[in-house]
Amino acid sequence: MRFQPIDQAAARLNPETRAAVYNGTKTGHEKRTRVLFDHYAEPNRLRELAGGIKQHVIENLDTYLPAVEAKLQSNGAKVHWAATADAACNAVLRIMRARGATKIVKSKTMVSEEIELEGFLEKHGVESLETDLGEFIVQIDHDHPSHIVKPIIHKNRRDIAASFEKNGLGAFDDNPETITRRARQFLRHKYMEADVGLTGANFVVAESGRIVLVTNEGNSRFCLAATRCHIVLVGIEKILPRDRDLALLLNLLGRSGTAQQITVYTEFISGPKAPTQPDGPEEMHVIFVDNGRTDVLATECRDILRCIRCGACLNVCPVYRQAGGHAYRSVYPGPVGAVLSPLLLGKNFPQKADLPKASSLCGACQEVCPVNIPIPDLLLRLRDRAKREHVPSPGTPPMGAWALLASQPAIWKAALFGGRLMNYLPTTLLPIPALRAWEKARTLPRWRGGEFRKWMKNRNRPRD
Amino acid sequence: MLNHERQPLTSKRVQLMATCLCDAFHDDVAVATVQVLEYLGCTIDFPQAQTCCGQPAFNGGDWPASRKVVRHTVKTFTGSDPVVLPSGSCAGMLFHGAPLEFEKEPDLGAVEALGRRTWEIGDFIVNGLGVKAWPGRFDATVAFHRSCHTRGSNSGDAARTLLRSIAGLKLVEFGEGEQCCGFGGTFSVSFPNISAAMGNLKIENVLAAKPDILVSGDMSCLMHLGGLAEKEGIPMKTLHLAQVLRDALRADGLL
Repeated sequence: MRFQPIDQAAARLNPETRAAVYNGTKTGHEKRTRVLFDHYAEPNRLRELAGGIKQHVIENLDTYLPAVEAKLQSNGAKVHWAATADAACNAVLRIMRARGATKIVKSKTMVSEEIELEGFLEKHGVESLETDLGEFIVQIDHDHPSHIVKPIIHKNRRDIAASFEKNGLGAFDDNPETITRRARQFLRHKYMEADVGLTGANFVVAESGRIVLVTNEGNSRFCLAATRCHIVLVGIEKILPRDRDLALLLNLLGRSGTAQQITVYTEFISGPKAPTQPDGPEEMHVIFVDNGRTDVLATECRDILRCIRCGACLNVCPVYRQAGGHAYRSVYPGPVGAVLSPLLLGKNFPQKADLPKASSLCGACQEVCPVNIPIPDLLLRLRDRAKREHVPSPGTPPMGAWALLASQPAIWKAALFGGRLMNYLPTTLLPIPALRAWEKARTLPRWRGGEFRKWMKNRNRPRD
Repeated sequence: MLNHERQPLTSKRVQLMATCLCDAFHDDVAVATVQVLEYLGCTIDFPQAQTCCGQPAFNGGDWPASRKVVRHTVKTFTGSDPVVLPSGSCAGMLFHGAPLEFEKEPDLGAVEALGRRTWEIGDFIVNGLGVKAWPGRFDATVAFHRSCHTRGSNSGDAARTLLRSIAGLKLVEFGEGEQCCGFGGTFSVSFPNISAAMGNLKIENVLAAKPDILVSGDMSCLMHLGGLAEKEGIPMKTLHLAQVLRDALRADGLL
């Protein structure tokens, strides 16, 4: 019997990895809930307000994008538009070539993962080095991040110590302090050697042209302090209308993502170094990446573009907790990824049409989302789309016969009584795959079809 | 999320939608629902043509099949009386899911109208009829599993209000209460590994709180959890909210 790919991946996941993912996400979710409800009387109203702001932005991108471009330019930054992943990669390469630069230090950016920048640059003789500790570990392991905020949630410290040893970063020692110190020692020189610092952006404010970056390790500051040129890679949906909106969004982002009131470093970058400033990059480029986003905007699932990449929906999701991030075969895993990843494929949607099925539709994701994205509704819309595009869905029972039964009361009633056969036949004999899948792990209660109707009828009969 | 506008109650005439699960497996839950509503002075109408709310196909992605069943349900439950169901999931389907899949259909209005008079039983008792305390007696320690499809609705709070008010009943909380039981309709058979793992985790959390009985407002969750426990040979008693309310009345001779 065939089951869904994500279910198979969960079954194959090694127990240690599952435990690492489960513990990391559970703790993350519980801390997030505590901090949010301790600090605010009505966090749900804040989530709704933040959702409203971001929905307004994505529905008015046509005016916000030119506005933000003009503001960034007047701040002294150069603006680039990249319609595809290729275009974004090439934009980075062009900037590098124009400077005769060969080394990039990178702060964490999901968009660079999305456009597969590292491999592209390597092919063109450019070395790009991750400076976020988690992303650095992913890089030296030739692995992929499995979580939006905690890229190595699937690894434990023994795994990390082993890969440090393998990569010549010292003898096996799984003390977290040692691991951090070794990474720091290795990275410090690299900052000084690099010519370009590449970051993402958590928000870009239309009103001021400010780029807002949140990190906890200070690595983005090092990237910008040591290099002459700053490249920002950012999705077109990351705009906020006004600086004052940051008060709401930053408070929600820190608490939702890492249960922090505010991340350790929050940087507001308004352009390249001014002549009066002693240091900082003298050149700044902002590359706005579409890569399928305008296609998403054209669908009824555009609400997913509100996402601020906090990872709260991954942490609370019971399916993510069982399957881990790699099961989603995508840069964006978990509930948000189950919507966004297939949508970003545009007409290749069927390749990942199974992702929206990987949900019991429990709604926990929407309940924690800082921008209140109706993720369960979007998952359902994509299931409908997959069906309309005739994408096969292993394990999903066919519904045609059921619909016929459930819209014909006479046949329905007959089936209610007829179902009693199930009490007398071994269910293994019945040619119903769904029933066998059910009974693999569970018992089925006795069929009592029609008993209630009989009871209703008898009690209404006048007594003798 | 799920909070929806409802038309205020004008009479105590109620249409009962028993749900397909109770129709096929759990007749006593439907019986208890009738007895509880009648105790509260309601008159029950049970439309014989009723079948299912349409959710299996809706969640399975076959919206045309689901709409066919929803249309049948709309046709079956006519009039303006409230429709009460012993299931937060099926109720949610009628006031949230069905309007979503009928967004572009000409009969959206009729579907929405049915949604506005649809109530989950606990919500109906507490917020519809205004009953905040339950008479009778139920001597047991109870764990309450709030089913996921009542997330964001009033049903979870309503059930807890009623359970807490019953003499002799001790309500215990358990770990990871916000997590799903793993049923999820077709999910339970197309993702059997993850579904069972979620269910077993739920059972572990529930049993750690040492309740005598696990109570929920949805038989789908209880059928899945009870079935998992039975297969593993773990003793775990389950009851629907309506059965607890009915048994409390009986224990005090009120029924």
